[in-house]
Amino acid sequence: MIVFDQVQKSYQVGGRAIPALHPTDMTIETGEVFGIVGHSGAGKSTLVRLINLLEPPTGGRILIDGEDVVRYNPAQLRAFRRKVGMIFQHFNLLSSKTVADNIAFPMKLAGIYSKTEIRDRVDELLARVSLTDHATKYPSQLSGGQKQRVGIARALACRPTILLCDEATSALDPQTTQSVLKLLADINRELGLTIVLITHEMDVVRRVCDRVAVMDAGEVVEMGPVSDVFLHPKHPTTRDFVFESENIDGQELQEDLQKANGRILRLTFKGESTYQPLLGSVARQSGVDFSILSGRIDHIKDTPYGQLTLSLVGGDLDLAMQAFDAADVHVEVVR
Amino acid sequence: MEGLLSNVDWAEIGFASWDTLVMVGLSLAFSVLIGLPIGVLLFLTGKRQLLEQPAAYAVLSFVVNVLRSVPFIILLIVMIPFTVMLIGTSLGVAGAIPPLVAGGAPFFARLVETSLREVDRGIIEATQAMGATVRQIIFGALLPEALPGIIAGITVTAITLVSYAAMSGVIGGGGLGDLAIRFGYQRFQTDVMVITVALLVIFVQVLQMVGDRLVLYFSRK
Repeated sequence: MIVFDQVQKSYQVGGRAIPALHPTDMTIETGEVFGIVGHSGAGKSTLVRLINLLEPPTGGRILIDGEDVVRYNPAQLRAFRRKVGMIFQHFNLLSSKTVADNIAFPMKLAGIYSKTEIRDRVDELLARVSLTDHATKYPSQLSGGQKQRVGIARALACRPTILLCDEATSALDPQTTQSVLKLLADINRELGLTIVLITHEMDVVRRVCDRVAVMDAGEVVEMGPVSDVFLHPKHPTTRDFVFESENIDGQELQEDLQKANGRILRLTFKGESTYQPLLGSVARQSGVDFSILSGRIDHIKDTPYGQLTLSLVGGDLDLAMQAFDAADVHVEVVR
Repeated sequence: MEGLLSNVDWAEIGFASWDTLVMVGLSLAFSVLIGLPIGVLLFLTGKRQLLEQPAAYAVLSFVVNVLRSVPFIILLIVMIPFTVMLIGTSLGVAGAIPPLVAGGAPFFARLVETSLREVDRGIIEATQAMGATVRQIIFGALLPEALPGIIAGITVTAITLVSYAAMSGVIGGGGLGDLAIRFGYQRFQTDVMVITVALLVIFVQVLQMVGDRLVLYFSRK
């Protein structure tokens, strides 16, 4: 478990303290995939680097499994960092070492593994990230997705309990992003590793994260389970991110709603209710006519969801609302 | 042919060439040995680096700059008492080596600093994140990553030392430069001058070629 207790960070620039992270409380549970989303400069890079103290905080406590890591001496800090893997946007592989040597590197640095242990572990990890055939290649001979898989294998070499991902998919094309995210999800499930992932793409959060924190200007402005934050965004920044990922133009949406008649509702289905033939039966029961103004049906991690914006005309509106309620559908009255 | 190169004593040229090789070789070895750690220190103590130490950087940088800004011909002369103290003579091949190192080491140190700065900061960060010590970061990541740049720096330093070594002929340093000055310049033996210059050109060409090959061999980018 990672606990932030009033953690803050500021940089000294020309004698002035510029805050990068305002005092923040946050808890990341063991074994969850925790997303941190924000625009560039929002402080998410700083936040993730505070966890392994690449950036030392200027205030507060960071408790990892109950221990305040801020107070570690250099030797303790190095031992702690071995248990925290990290992958990067630009992979940061050593260009002078082969794929196998890159993966072996953290184990060699640790100085507590025998040659055979290192060799076996490297073979195992190469197989894990499907790069066995590329062991003797140099990073420059690999594609972006392959490089990131080397990065992941390297991060896992010393069997960490936490994996930090710094924009790990931002330099990759959509298809490769998909496969890297799948690999991360598999690792999380199979190894029970806690993953902290920062990204500027809500879509990445939607696919793999359990919970998410939204950052804006050095502050966590919204935090919660991905389905809550994603389907019912409260803060304007969160709303921007959700709209962006759904390719919704906020302005256009407002204009569309202006043109619609009657009552406008936003229905949110989650889990099994997504597949129920609800709309038709409610329309028949209550006699309302509906038209769909916008809608999407997709998955949040493994849970299906649907969100529809409807305009309802005529019939018994109250009855329709009751029916939606009874079917466990979240109803939000837009107008 | 006899008339054209009548002044050229080939045995003398051979000895002088060997002397030049020895001077360049030894002074290069010492320049690398001394310049490399200084270059690493310059890099580490620099702004926003692992061991940021503004005072140490300023002192080191100042010494390097002083040695680099003194024209080599002056350095040769200024170094004479120190050279005598160090090895007993300021003449010949041995006497030329201390000033050559004094000129070559700071030059090489700057080249090392520059090539270390070329290493992606992300690689240093990644290595830090693995729990590496500063020593491990230097020897495990920084130097291997900067190796092509450092080899290119050794090549440039070697070539600079060839011209410095030739210059040391002025204070009786020996080698091809000494030959060129004593025979080619002072006795107006143009043919000796031409031959020594030609040999120096060939020497530099070979060094550059070998250096380039090595850089290519060690580049994995």
